[in-house]
Amino acid sequence: MNKKTELAVAALRNGTVIDHIPVEALFKAVDLLGIAELDKSVTIGCNLESKRLGKKGIIKVADTFFPAEILSRIAIIAPSAVVNTIRDYEVVSKEPVVLPDVIVGIVECNNPKCITRNEPMKSVFNVVDRTPVTLSCHYCEHEISGKDISK
Amino acid sequence: MDNSSIVSVNDLSKQDILDLMADAAYFEEHPDSRILDGKIVATLFFEPSTRTRLSFETAVNRLGGRVIGFSDPAATSTSKGETLKDTIKMVSNYVDLIVMRHYLEGAARYASEVTETPIINAGDGAHQHPSQTMLDIYSIYKTQGRLDDLTITMVGDLKYGRTVHSLLMAMSHFRVKFIFVACPELQMPEEFIAFCRKNDIPFEVSEEFSREIIDRSDIIYMTRVQRERFTDLMEYERVKDLYNLENRMLDTSRPNLRILHPLPRVNEISQDVDDNPKAYYFQQAKNGVYARQAMICRALGIKDFKEGK
Repeated sequence: MNKKTELAVAALRNGTVIDHIPVEALFKAVDLLGIAELDKSVTIGCNLESKRLGKKGIIKVADTFFPAEILSRIAIIAPSAVVNTIRDYEVVSKEPVVLPDVIVGIVECNNPKCITRNEPMKSVFNVVDRTPVTLSCHYCEHEISGKDISK
Repeated sequence: MDNSSIVSVNDLSKQDILDLMADAAYFEEHPDSRILDGKIVATLFFEPSTRTRLSFETAVNRLGGRVIGFSDPAATSTSKGETLKDTIKMVSNYVDLIVMRHYLEGAARYASEVTETPIINAGDGAHQHPSQTMLDIYSIYKTQGRLDDLTITMVGDLKYGRTVHSLLMAMSHFRVKFIFVACPELQMPEEFIAFCRKNDIPFEVSEEFSREIIDRSDIIYMTRVQRERFTDLMEYERVKDLYNLENRMLDTSRPNLRILHPLPRVNEISQDVDDNPKAYYFQQAKNGVYARQAMICRALGIKDFKEGK
């Protein structure tokens, strides 16, 4: 971890830092976390140097601790991401995001003729592959890869 | 989901398929019975499909059940904006079984999740049509006397044809070899090729519908090459007659060869094939009633009909 990033993490008193997000997934991750609706202070870092990824993105959110269900959304598009929980300037936990076997109500099916796109209902996807992330719609069985997720 | 619903061939095990074949054979021997006496079956056709609907309704009638339903959603509350869920929940109050066809993919799966009443999928968009697959397999079983050690050649539109995809998946339980004959634009999609590789299912891919391939086949499953599938109409003009079957092409074929087609056909099977005893597509459609009788009994959990009535 380079010095700048370390400082940025340390500067947070309480909150969540989501690190090691591939740059191309960063703004999708911002969307999936619902950052736009938060009234807390948020820092988004893009194109930071990373030994693991080359370039990476980072999201810091003060005074917010996301439930596991919300964090699992990140795993769909950024399976390499790591969630740091900060309390009183200390990193109290550092966990990789976990992709659940079934993803309900988050991803929209890409198939315009899928029932989920035409009924007021939740989408359901089964994870068929984790690297790269590949999901299969429980209803129309259409497969989509993590990078093709539009919503 | 209610386990007795039949939504996708992928939900059926090898034993399920064998049981359905045995039951279909029973119904061919005993087409008329009172097994469904007192039962009501709904046929909900959110898109028209006269052939499939008549076949299902014949199957119910021959089993002694009664049918309610619609064949044109314009006459129902769907046209007023009612959700599928509401329609299914309402109809569930009246009937013992729902047979449904819908233009949206995954509609039957969803329906099976919102009601306790068993659902039979009679086609959901380009996704699944399990009763077509069961009648195809029953036709293979009946004409060949087995489902193992067969060479099945699929011809025409293998890209968009859901019947060939479902048949491939269902027949993968058995020892079969596939030959996929199509132009590159309409060849079997990569996901099914990958499925064959992963499961060690032998297959060949050919652009040419040659006599040599015909002579090695036990079943030729013809499909229609549709003009609207092509982005390049020059390509359509080039290939449109390459996958037509004529009677003379069958001269040296195996005696047990049978020609199947989900129908309707246009010109991919020449009229002169119709009189060849190897042409089986009209009997294939008739087998649909027996296969559907078997599926209806399974969905309703009726098992003891052979000993009983």
